[in-house]
Amino acid sequence: MRKTLLALAFALPLFAQERVTLIRNATILTVTNGVIENGSVLIRGAKIAAVGRDVSAPANARVIDATGKFVMPGIIDTHSHAGVEGSVNEVSLPNTGMVRIQDALTNDDISAYRQLAGGTTAALILHGSANAIGGQSQIVKWKWGRPVSEWIVPDAPRTIKFALGENPKSANFRPPEGQQRQYPATRMGVEEVIRKSFTDARDYMAAWDEYEAKRKRNETAIPPRRDLLMETMADILRGKIDIHAHSYRSDEIVMLLNLADEMGFKVRELQHVLEGYKVAREIAKHGAGAGTFIDWWGYKAEAYDATPYNVALMLRNGVLTSVNSDSDELARHLNHDAAKAIKYGGVSEEDALRVCTINAAKQLRLDHRIGSIEAGKDADLVIWTGHPLSTYSRVETTFIEGEIYFDRQQDLARREANRKEKEERLKKEADDAAKTKKERKP
Amino acid sequence: MTCHPERSEGPRATSAGGASPSARLSMTVLAALLVASSAFAQSTILNSTGRKGTFAIRNATIVPVTSAPIANGTIVFANGVITAVAANATVPADATVIDGTGLFVYPGMIDSGSNVGLVEVDSVAGTVDTSELGDFNPNSQAAVAINPHSELVPVTRVNGVTHLVATPEGGIISGQSALIQLAGWTPPEMVVKGPTAVHIRFPRLRSAPISDQPQDEEAEKELRKSYTRDVDKLRDILRDAQAYGKAAAARRASQSVERFDRDLILEALVPVVEGRVPVVMHANLARDIRAALAFADEFKLKVILSGAQDVGRLLDDVKRRGIPVILGPILSLPQREDDPYDLLFTNAKTLHDAGVPFAIQTSDAHNTRNLPYHAASCAAFGLPKDEALKAVTLYPARIWGVADRLGSLEVGKSASLILTDGDPLEIRTNVRQVFIGGEEIPMDSRHTLLYEKFRRRP
Repeated sequence: MRKTLLALAFALPLFAQERVTLIRNATILTVTNGVIENGSVLIRGAKIAAVGRDVSAPANARVIDATGKFVMPGIIDTHSHAGVEGSVNEVSLPNTGMVRIQDALTNDDISAYRQLAGGTTAALILHGSANAIGGQSQIVKWKWGRPVSEWIVPDAPRTIKFALGENPKSANFRPPEGQQRQYPATRMGVEEVIRKSFTDARDYMAAWDEYEAKRKRNETAIPPRRDLLMETMADILRGKIDIHAHSYRSDEIVMLLNLADEMGFKVRELQHVLEGYKVAREIAKHGAGAGTFIDWWGYKAEAYDATPYNVALMLRNGVLTSVNSDSDELARHLNHDAAKAIKYGGVSEEDALRVCTINAAKQLRLDHRIGSIEAGKDADLVIWTGHPLSTYSRVETTFIEGEIYFDRQQDLARREANRKEKEERLKKEADDAAKTKKERKP
Repeated sequence: MTCHPERSEGPRATSAGGASPSARLSMTVLAALLVASSAFAQSTILNSTGRKGTFAIRNATIVPVTSAPIANGTIVFANGVITAVAANATVPADATVIDGTGLFVYPGMIDSGSNVGLVEVDSVAGTVDTSELGDFNPNSQAAVAINPHSELVPVTRVNGVTHLVATPEGGIISGQSALIQLAGWTPPEMVVKGPTAVHIRFPRLRSAPISDQPQDEEAEKELRKSYTRDVDKLRDILRDAQAYGKAAAARRASQSVERFDRDLILEALVPVVEGRVPVVMHANLARDIRAALAFADEFKLKVILSGAQDVGRLLDDVKRRGIPVILGPILSLPQREDDPYDLLFTNAKTLHDAGVPFAIQTSDAHNTRNLPYHAASCAAFGLPKDEALKAVTLYPARIWGVADRLGSLEVGKSASLILTDGDPLEIRTNVRQVFIGGEEIPMDSRHTLLYEKFRRRP
């Protein structure tokens, strides 16, 4: 009894602080359970508590009247480079799988706020594509104003970026003066780098297995040297790290999928995958997802056969497909790209909404938390002035885990104060600098 | 009429004479299938049909842009020119009649700044003709380097962008742009007006990315030096052009004036300093815009401002001079991290409210087809929808001096128009048929052909 009371005493203040919000009279695009006209979403703390036509507000609830507006889940971008301090490429080796984006994250990249203003709430932040195996990625939510430690989605799977084609073979950039071109220089070499990395990892795992076996038998055993890269490669083989592979041409896509089957690993998501439509069947068979630009093309040779019909063709072949940005700009209007999936190839409205929400969540293996409006999921929600698949619509309010991280009216109201504050700070800085200069004079 | 084979509800054509349209339809479907199964080293899409027949689109909602939309209207065009736009226009006996029930007719859209025709694959230098070497290339002409057989041409036009200002880049004086139509077998067949303007990337005091932090003193000094040097050089070359123009006029007037060798660079600048050809000043930051406009005043240049992200801070300067502004790309990021997130979306409304003429550009090539969505994004942030449409039709036609031919659906104007199933500024709207200068444009592109090829993969 005492224990229970104590527990209650601890729980009560938390419970009391839990904010309750009701968004009502909106058209709710649940993504997984159709459209609810004149619907409501009840948010309790960080979670969606209820969704439907007849959800009433508890006495203490903050009520947001969204008459004429649309609510959809936060958009999820499976290809971002925002919030990374310095370069996204550790270019020094063909395989830099030991390095982690997590160690270079910052929370002061304005892109995060701008993305919130476009309805994007979560992202996979990846390394660049300078090497065949680039480094470990990080799944975040754009909790602007919060410490980076809170951006990281705690139960998100570990992920790693692979890259195929022109970039890892250094076709689009030259090495700095005085430096030699780095291996590999062909798609053959890219395959070899990945094959050798996994071959080495198998040997590494075998060495450790041997050591553990000897120890168990109480034989004298010297532990193998720990190798952070090999640990990473081994964890991929153990299924503990998901691969997101930058790819363009159909031949390299098939190469990676075949290599995966042969070496015993899985490809979670093919990134860009601009020629995915040529080998959609092979992608579906492997079970890989596909995250693509809807209409970027022609910016390099391997993007010359890109077509905006890619999404429709991959979906039709059973590939779990999403649209993603690889761009701080595009990340602000992935709803446009979803609408283009309808335009190019006649994807249904439901599927169009899925390609920027639940399909991306599935690719990140976070669909138990995000990607749709369902009771029990994270309250990552966006209120739009109109249907999000319309180019005339605009984001009004963006929630992450029940908290408002963007609100247009607040943004507008704060502008004048921000401008004044900046002016004052710049003036103070200039004054201080002038003062220091004066004092320094003998 | 070429038509998407999969779409069952293509524009239904009936004929008031001539070949059976249904036969034409099925023939072109067959052609599309044949094309789809052929090799793809070169597309086999027609640049244009070369046929400027008589057409009538009936029962459509016609949006002339210069006047109110006409429900159940008829538009007739022959020999490339619109001959009637009305609720009950008479359909000539020889017209190919298109039933536009449930559909809409708009003028073709005009991108006020694009690289279509000047680039094929960005990373393959051999296919890129946007930026000449050196700082002063007023004699570089986009018009002579347009590739009529670029895959970008059909990709762009099938989404309703029928015209664009092909714009050179790079250096300080980048060259001469040309207003082209996206149909034709040779560059001269495509050029509607050239040159449209000489483009100046006015020297910038700061290099991107900008920051409000005070810079390293030495670096700042260097930057100022090179900035001043560039502006001086620009001033020198324009003064030389003024002198050259006077000398040339004197020589024309009297053979007693000594002959002098021609200078193509200065010759290209003479119409600019004489105010006969406009200068497009590319500048984004307030300081750069101010400097560019002051510079233009000095030479009494006829100016069009381009980019102009900070134009809201300089409305009076722009308005007082009566300068039109080319905004865009709209779908791009503000330059300062503390700029309002919607700065580029709201500039069009700001200009509209101030009565400053404006048009929109994509500054893109491969996705110049997205021009209407750049315009729509302005409407999402307060610009009236009909103004957004004008910013990619009538207004560019006026700014570029072709409003006698383009930009609206009026009798006597070019039959450059699009048949759609909705508002072209909405992504979900499909463009069913494009006419450029009265020619029925094949609705295929590299992208539709790849789609047709691979959706049939056995």
